[in-house]
Amino acid sequence: MVMERRWTLYDPRLAWMLVAPVLVLLIFFLVLPIAVMAAYTFFTFVTAGVETSALTTANWHEFFTDSYYSGFLLKTLRVGAITALLCGVLGYFPAYFIWATTFRHKWLLLLLLIVPFWISFTIRTFSWINILGEQGVINVALIKFGIINEPLPMLYNEGAVILGMLHFLLPYMILNVYVSLEGIDRTLISAARSMGCTSAQAFREVTLPLSLPGLAAGLLLCFVLAAGSYVTPQLLGSGRDALFGNLIYDTIMGELNWPMGATLSIVLFVVLGFFAAVYTRYMGMSQIVKGLGG
Amino acid sequence: MKARRKEEGRWAWRLTGFITLCVYIFMFAPIVATVILSFNASMFGGFPMTGFSLQWYYKLMANEQVLAAFRTSLWIALVTAAVTTAVGVVTAFALVRFEFTGKQALSTLVIMPALVPETILGVGLLVLIKAVDQPRTMLLLVLGHILLAVPYVVLITQARMVGIRRVYEEAALSLGASRFASFREITLPLLVPAVVGGALLAFTISFDNTSASLFWRPAGVETMPTQILSMLKISISPEINALGTVMILVTVGIPLVGGLILQSLTRLKRRGQPTEEAR
Repeated sequence: MVMERRWTLYDPRLAWMLVAPVLVLLIFFLVLPIAVMAAYTFFTFVTAGVETSALTTANWHEFFTDSYYSGFLLKTLRVGAITALLCGVLGYFPAYFIWATTFRHKWLLLLLLIVPFWISFTIRTFSWINILGEQGVINVALIKFGIINEPLPMLYNEGAVILGMLHFLLPYMILNVYVSLEGIDRTLISAARSMGCTSAQAFREVTLPLSLPGLAAGLLLCFVLAAGSYVTPQLLGSGRDALFGNLIYDTIMGELNWPMGATLSIVLFVVLGFFAAVYTRYMGMSQIVKGLGG
Repeated sequence: MKARRKEEGRWAWRLTGFITLCVYIFMFAPIVATVILSFNASMFGGFPMTGFSLQWYYKLMANEQVLAAFRTSLWIALVTAAVTTAVGVVTAFALVRFEFTGKQALSTLVIMPALVPETILGVGLLVLIKAVDQPRTMLLLVLGHILLAVPYVVLITQARMVGIRRVYEEAALSLGASRFASFREITLPLLVPAVVGGALLAFTISFDNTSASLFWRPAGVETMPTQILSMLKISISPEINALGTVMILVTVGIPLVGGLILQSLTRLKRRGQPTEEAR
């Protein structure tokens, strides 16, 4: 008979039992799918919805030689970068304001940042049609005041897509920066001021550098979420403003070209993973964790 | 010189305040416009307002497709919230209290579903079930939603768990409580804010999920967001504005009212304890 080792108070075996359900889910719904998808990139596409497991590099060859795909990728990265930078610039001010204000009902400002997370993302996105559309607030007001005669075409272009993404990503950015501002020891700023710094100098030399981790985490999060988006370009952009996520969706659900769809997914996964890896190499994971859970 | 510098600082602060105001307006203007337009009497989904009317709400209540999608989303979100909270809290407990090889790797893996774009998760799972020749089922959709919500529940619970000292649990254990009893009687009550917050967030994530659901839903099944998306493909009718308003009322109103009730309850309780510090 096998002697069973006595279980200690914090026995690793118990830990594994506790994490087992989540671990199994992660393996079957995250790790395995990505592994199988990677294998699928070498499968042969026969016709819509049909492929064989005869190994080929045709998909990768097509991806690297057809400028259609690289163009899509570059456009997606460009739109993601523009969105993230705009989020950074526009998000820093509110985060700083909420942190520094002496307003008594600060919690209200924070609550208003969280409220958008509760509102359906699809609804928040399409609500821009009521602002920018031909019968939206801006056009109707401008026509009424006689400034323009014809409605301005503000929807269904890249600007509208970036605006929509800005709209849903700004709260992420503001909260990330705010969390890192909250972590600053305020006596450091008083110290800088008492040593003769102006408030601008104190901001530049103390506050800004210490809040950079939050800003960096926000930038990465906004970039990844923007570059991976599907709904916003679908609702606010025209066919020309489709991003990589839309390309993947159309390749799989429209053309039923699964091997190519898998190839494109792996490309996006690797490219975005590369940015995340560069980020964690310098900043670590902890700030992202704070931003997501905060 | 000093006065001028002070003046500059004031202007910088005013500018910060102004930009903050603009950002808040930017975030809420479209939502406000949608709510207002839902009461428009006009036949078209847009301005100008031609009168006040509830007709789009009546129309919505008679739309069988929308109601079906709402019911589907509601029960998927309820199941997701319940299951994710249960497995997420237990996982967070293990990650905070225990030391084991691979813990660091597991912590990273757990937050991956929040960082990997949904399109990739969506395609990945589809490719996997195609490879093993399985159909798309409701179970798959629910498990997928649980995957998407797990990182948030684990992170929220972890953050709270770190602040709970393990001596409380160990005291219960040394007094003869079983492992399960100590968790149920000591740890869980201390975790309540995280559990409630995590469950609410898991519910919202599931109820709101669009991109991944487009890939995972079984043929013919619409969830609320995919239903809205397909309605938008046809035309922008004022009915969608009404639908949006109802959804906002449900998803914002319930947590807000719940939070306010909780707050006033604790305030009442506090008033009953006279020695509480006066602030």
